[in-house]
Amino acid sequence: MELVRDLLADYTLRNVMLGAVILGCVSGVLGCFAILRRQGLMGDALSHAALPGVCLAYLLTGQKAPVVLMAGAAVACWVAMWLVLLLLRRTRIDSGAALGTVLTIFFGAGVVLLTLLQKRNDANQAGLDRYLFGQAAALVQEQVVTMAVLGGSALLVVLLLYKEFQLIAFDPEFARTLGLPARFLETLLTGLLVVAIVIGLNTVGIVLMSALLVGPAVTARQWTHSLGRMIGYAGVFGALAGVFGALVSVRETRMPTGPVIILCIAVMVILSVLFGAAQGVVWERVRRRRHAPEPPPATGEPCPVPPATGGRP
Amino acid sequence: MHAGVKPASQTDVLPVQVRDLTVAYDDRPALWDVDLDVPPGVLMAIIGPNGAGKSTLIRAILGLVPLAAGNVSLFGRPGQEQRGRVGYMPQRNSVDWDFPVSALDVVLMGLYRQVGWIRRPGRRERAQAMQCLERVGLADYAHRQISQLSGGQQQRVFLARALAQNADLYLMDEPFAGVDATTERAIIEILKALRAEGKTVVVVHHDLGTAPEYFDYVALLNVRLIAAGPMETTFTPENLQRAYQGRIAFLGG
Repeated sequence: MELVRDLLADYTLRNVMLGAVILGCVSGVLGCFAILRRQGLMGDALSHAALPGVCLAYLLTGQKAPVVLMAGAAVACWVAMWLVLLLLRRTRIDSGAALGTVLTIFFGAGVVLLTLLQKRNDANQAGLDRYLFGQAAALVQEQVVTMAVLGGSALLVVLLLYKEFQLIAFDPEFARTLGLPARFLETLLTGLLVVAIVIGLNTVGIVLMSALLVGPAVTARQWTHSLGRMIGYAGVFGALAGVFGALVSVRETRMPTGPVIILCIAVMVILSVLFGAAQGVVWERVRRRRHAPEPPPATGEPCPVPPATGGRP
Repeated sequence: MHAGVKPASQTDVLPVQVRDLTVAYDDRPALWDVDLDVPPGVLMAIIGPNGAGKSTLIRAILGLVPLAAGNVSLFGRPGQEQRGRVGYMPQRNSVDWDFPVSALDVVLMGLYRQVGWIRRPGRRERAQAMQCLERVGLADYAHRQISQLSGGQQQRVFLARALAQNADLYLMDEPFAGVDATTERAIIEILKALRAEGKTVVVVHHDLGTAPEYFDYVALLNVRLIAAGPMETTFTPENLQRAYQGRIAFLGG
């Protein structure tokens, strides 16, 4: 087992593997709630919004410590989230347009800031552009520890509030009639999404982070009709994709990690959408063919209005 | 069956008391200055044309929409203090039926108040939920994913979830929408049984033909409250005429 020996001996490889497992697992789990609440695009908007946060954090503090940059990213994500919610509540802009607007404005501002920083003749800024596509090989132990603490806390919250999150995702109005603080729980879920994004910045990068949120969740949904299992599978699929992508990127090619992880996820998604046991297109078609001769059940609805004796206007 | 409207001194026992209620969406009133008393132990229909604010009235009673004016009290107190005594059956199309949960999972949601924060439903809650599924005739479908149920079965899952809440007041938004005649009869039998247990049931209803047969109390609504009271004295051609504003001539037969 060359890999195991390398894992124990090779500092870089160990960090990369651990980081990828933590990230894949956390984003897989939280991605489930995002797609079930039909907020798959929210992750994309929030992760793009992280770029100006990273740049501003560096600009204000002059530091590149991961905790500082992560905090900057988290604040920017939070601002973006409130902007999206504000647009949705106060204007007639629909959610797709609101997310698209906020995403592009923040990302545009981030790219401008990044370019300005790179032109400043400041050697220290080198490496900020890694946040665009991620570079798992650059992970240091301090970052992995931060990722583990943040990700572990997020998973713990999901474990404790599983029942509440399930209800909020399925039927938020019913949750409110039970007296659950629906808006708080929804904000909390989005906040946890921000956590997943922030810990993915170094590894997968801003641009492709949303695939790690959506991909494993969609894959898992194809294999089961149970939310608990879906969350478990998504965590495992996310971790697998993370590990595979990070390994390829570190050992073989020195490619940016994000794109490799995303290609790996793409394979999982395609295979599962076709052959998944629960919702896969192929099995669905087989099942339909088997049940084909059966006519649909009659739905005889009573006439809603009794016969009127006069003419209708 | 029921004692009719109670005298004013006993208003504290009224399951629902609505005063001067106005609700507006985008400056357009959905409900205008509605006053409504629902006496205990009635099976009441809310009837009116499309856009009359029937669902809005139920949602306002539940505290789901902001009130532009007026107030709602349940059993003599503000609604948020009475969550445990109120059961809700929303419209079927208000949720995504592809959601990865089973029929039993959905019914268990009706017990989440009883279970409390963080704890998971246990054996006792599962048994309770199964009883409710049995009552609506879906015990055999408990472990089916909800998208694999027919429209009528989905409707009955929602009814079972409301039953699991074991409430004193039930608010139901079109429980008969999209169900076949057999399911409709099964549902109305359960609602009548609830009334026999002394519960109060308020139902948004579309079908003028079945209303007098199913319900003993009625509120006719068209943004304003047209009339409310016992079925025999309230469900009159004149009141229907006013509620539907000439869109039906009058009730035939």
